[in-house]
Amino acid sequence: MFSDRWKPSRGDSGSPRSFPFSSSKPVVQAGPRSRESAGSVYSRHSSGLEQFFNHIHGETGLRLLDLSGASQANIGFITNQGYRLYSEDLMQSLDAAFGGDDFYENQSSAEHAGAFLAQSLAFPDQHFDGALVWDVLEFLAPPLLKTVVERLQRILKPGSYLLAIFHAEERASAVSTCSYRIGDAKTLLISPRGMRPPAQFFNNRAVENLFKEFETVKFFLTRDHLREVIVKR
Amino acid sequence: MWNKRKDEDVRQPAAPTPPPADIVREPAAAPAAPPRPAATEAVRGVAAIGKSVIIKGQILAREDLYLDGEMEGTVEVPEHRLTIGPHAKLQASIRAREVVVLGAVSGNVEAIEKMDIRKDARLIGDIKTGGIVIEDGAFFKGSIDIVRPEPAKQPRQPQQQPQAQVVPAAAAPAVAGDKR
Repeated sequence: MFSDRWKPSRGDSGSPRSFPFSSSKPVVQAGPRSRESAGSVYSRHSSGLEQFFNHIHGETGLRLLDLSGASQANIGFITNQGYRLYSEDLMQSLDAAFGGDDFYENQSSAEHAGAFLAQSLAFPDQHFDGALVWDVLEFLAPPLLKTVVERLQRILKPGSYLLAIFHAEERASAVSTCSYRIGDAKTLLISPRGMRPPAQFFNNRAVENLFKEFETVKFFLTRDHLREVIVKR
Repeated sequence: MWNKRKDEDVRQPAAPTPPPADIVREPAAAPAAPPRPAATEAVRGVAAIGKSVIIKGQILAREDLYLDGEMEGTVEVPEHRLTIGPHAKLQASIRAREVVVLGAVSGNVEAIEKMDIRKDARLIGDIKTGGIVIEDGAFFKGSIDIVRPEPAKQPRQPQQQPQAQVVPAAAAPAVAGDKR
């Protein structure tokens, strides 16, 4: 029902927008996402992104981690600031490691999880000065989620920041995964890539619990029913 | 009879396809190589390694190189463009002036001037380059280090050098005079 209502238009950044949710039975696309399911790109102001870059503004030579996959926009913006970028499409890595109908069940397998963690986020301690995690944490089953957050904490330097995004619609049984492109320091270009059920729903308390080992957690609720979260290591 | 002539005409253009052995030109072997056939000239001086070729070792090219086979080792094309074709599977460290990737690469890449990662390309490794273009649909996992060239500093230095040489020469007698 909601997905029918959601019809993004190009370049419209001002009007409130409903994010694609499905409240009926989940349309499971846990496997690799198809290009046919991709929607139009829309842009909007992002307070989370603005805060993230405000915190690291003026510093050069920083190492940033971007888990949305390589895109010209992100590479161009980040490297133009004088930062070094490490890019990985973690959703694609998840699909490669756990893909199929048993996407979340496979994540509970120690063997699968071990193989995934051996190839993803395998960095030295305190390697990064910031991380753009986007919405990927929503699609991790609890045991793996805990391990991934612990690893993020380990590879980030103390005092550095992390930007994550969670859907704020409690009743959504399937949510849109998106590509997040940086338009400028306060503008995001968002491109839906398909629908899939989240591993779990995160309210503010759940997010705080998730990042309880971090120093601070700050929320921004957006018009498209997303919760942008800035976390300080 | 008319048919026979037609057959001959058809066969002639197909004849000069370059043999695979002539495709890769090492710098040392280049002077001894026979004159290039017309078909190679049609590729505009680009050396090409076909998709059925498997190489283990080192490639050093002093002309543009199109690599569409399998390769394990190192590829150096320091002053020219390296194009990694859609069928290529490389496990190699790469250094070239320009790198265009359409196939699969696992290894670090240094593209001195620019790097172009096309749709459906797959690259796992660290990139060091002067500039990068990446198309949607390309898979990349690794770090990107943009190395900005330092422009216009070197041309100025030769102009300043003559002045710098004059100063010590003039200063030396003055110092000597003070001592006296």
